[in-house]
Amino acid sequence: MLEIKNLHANINGKEILKGLNLVVRPGEIHAIMGPNGAGKSTLASVLTGNQAFEVTKGDVTFYGKNLLELSPEDRSREGIFLSFQYPVEIPGVSMVNFMRTALNEHRKYKNLEPLSATDFLRTMREKKELVEMDNKLANRSVNEGFSGGEKKRNEIFQMAMLDPRLSILDETDSGLDIDALRIVANGVNKLKTADNASIVITHYQRLLDYIVPDFVHVLYDGRIVKSGGKELALELEERGYDWIKQEVDGK
Amino acid sequence: MEQQYIDLYKQHHESIKKHSTGVMNDLRDDAFALFEKLHFPTVALENYKYSDLKAGLSIDYGVNINRIPIPVNPYEVFTCDVPGIHSYLYFVVNDAFYPVKDIRNNSLPEGVIIGSVNQVAETHPELVKQYFGKLSSKKEDGLIAFNGAFAQDGFFMYVPKNVVLDKPVQLVNIMRSDVDFMANSHNLIILEEGAKAQLLVCDHTVDDVRFLSNRVTEVFVSENATYEHYKLENMHVKTTNLATLLIDQQASSNVLANVITLHNGQTRNMVEIDLDGEHCETLLCGMVIGDKNQQVDNFTSIIHNKPNCHSRELFKYVLDDMAKGGFTGKLYVAKDAQKTAAFQTNRNILLSKTAKMRTKPQLEIYADDVKCSHGATIGQLDESAKFYMQARGISGEEARLLLMFAFTNDVIENIRIPALQDRIKLLVEKRLRGELSKCEGCVICQ
Ligand SMILES: Nc1ncnc2c1ncn2[C@@H]1O[C@H](COP(=O)(O)OP(=O)(O)OP(=O)(O)O)[C@@H](O)[C@H]1O
Ligand SMILES: [Mg+2]
Repeated sequence: MLEIKNLHANINGKEILKGLNLVVRPGEIHAIMGPNGAGKSTLASVLTGNQAFEVTKGDVTFYGKNLLELSPEDRSREGIFLSFQYPVEIPGVSMVNFMRTALNEHRKYKNLEPLSATDFLRTMREKKELVEMDNKLANRSVNEGFSGGEKKRNEIFQMAMLDPRLSILDETDSGLDIDALRIVANGVNKLKTADNASIVITHYQRLLDYIVPDFVHVLYDGRIVKSGGKELALELEERGYDWIKQEVDGK
Repeated sequence: MEQQYIDLYKQHHESIKKHSTGVMNDLRDDAFALFEKLHFPTVALENYKYSDLKAGLSIDYGVNINRIPIPVNPYEVFTCDVPGIHSYLYFVVNDAFYPVKDIRNNSLPEGVIIGSVNQVAETHPELVKQYFGKLSSKKEDGLIAFNGAFAQDGFFMYVPKNVVLDKPVQLVNIMRSDVDFMANSHNLIILEEGAKAQLLVCDHTVDDVRFLSNRVTEVFVSENATYEHYKLENMHVKTTNLATLLIDQQASSNVLANVITLHNGQTRNMVEIDLDGEHCETLLCGMVIGDKNQQVDNFTSIIHNKPNCHSRELFKYVLDDMAKGGFTGKLYVAKDAQKTAAFQTNRNILLSKTAKMRTKPQLEIYADDVKCSHGATIGQLDESAKFYMQARGISGEEARLLLMFAFTNDVIENIRIPALQDRIKLLVEKRLRGELSKCEGCVICQ
């Protein structure tokens, strides 16, 4: 579904992604690990169309469509979802209004009628249960005053609402307590089907005990420098990144 | 132009007085003398720094000192569609109170008087005399003085002791003329002890000519009384709207004033609230949505003369194109006004590089045991919030709109008439979408 070829991207004139390649097929879970500042969040930003980043080279296709030509909103409507590493607070915009607007824009894109108020509220309720989200949170402004863990849970709730084909989870595990981690991971697993896929960005093997990846990639200095199965994550947990850096920089 | 008005007064003050009433006339010559001394205000004055009125004041407006009735039936042209507002509805056409025909108004609670200043000065002379001009005649202000010289009538409302108005009173000001036209009016509102009233003032223009409205409103809020004042401005771009709102609060009274400008040419609101008793509560809010060449200046003062009063001020502006905004928040705390709590906030969003906002807190605090704060910001829309929404499939345009709407939300939440709050939400949303924000069914402001 997703094909990234030789992707280069800059921010403020500084090259962050330096020739990244990745292929994701339906039903797969890919974990991306790598040291701080390697470019993991940058990849997520570029895939979702954040204007702050400039793509200088390379192609990205999503179900055959040139993703880089689509606006951020159309990428979302096409089925790409990013669980932000740092979800944004939007005072004055209620979660309900935000979600209803988003959901109906997705439906409009698919030539569907807007959801009726009752159907919408029922969907909200079901999905809230999935991530065991507090009712009070849903009645507040988007992320405003949410704790770190509550924000992450809210990301997965939104993912459940929008039912994406490709979800990118950027450090969704950070800031979650042990119970929350299990709940959020369970939520992600319940949403998993043979037709959708996930890219899970994480620093910790622990998350991968719950969300079991088909592939583990190491992103370092703007490139994927090593790929393997789920055992690679265990190896990284044990040995750190130095041996990989040496392998790469030594060449 | 100014000289023309001076000559007009000198030649025709007899006619002006003849078509007005004793209490107004008693103050007229002094007001005129004060105007001759002060002149029309210019930007050189500290209080008018953000209001350049030169253009609006240099037009050769017609006046109607002989009070020839204007051929318009507001009940025919105006059907307010604020759903469920159920108001006591009154009209002022230009500066003349329109005779009441609305059957609903017959059910006013006992003792409540609503009418024109001229009418009530006939039927209740002592009542009018006791209050009229008590706040305005002391002000050293060219526009107020001009109003004192030329205003011949206005809206009058009296709510007796402990009477609660069950419905809001709605005052629709309609500007109607075939030639460029100036209207001066002077409103008087009195709430006795423990009385409660809500007034919604809607400003509309009908004709495609240039208008100048110079209005002074005096409000007296007695002990334990509660007064809410909403001003909704929806006028065309050729209008200069000068509105002075002077409120006097006695002990333990509660006042909410909310001035909203959705569409206009040039507006200057001067709001002054005097807290003359202990334990007063005051909330002064305002919102401006401006684009094209709109100009809006809110010049506000809250004067804490007595201890233990709380005041809060909240003004929000969204300016696009070449729109210009000004805000002054004057806060005065007298030496004896201990335990004053006063908070002021002014936040502004500029949507274009050419829109301009100027804002100034002006604090004079002479008491030492007070809690006061003020904050002003001028910024753009939060791009990261916009991207976050787009990443959820919300279009950039819609995201912008949601953010702007959210920005104005806390002002709208301070509207305590639910039907009006819903209506204003809708009007603001339409305005932000760039659609005409006229009240549907209101043929007046198309
Ligand atoms: N707005 C910006 N301006 C300049 N540099 C930036 C900006 N945003 C990111 N960068 C730089 O880009 C590089 C990659 O950042 P990125 O956030 O993609 O790293 P990451 O792999 O997600 O790291 P982490 O594990 O810490 O989340 C970093 O060196 C970072 O400092
Ligand atoms: Mg990151």
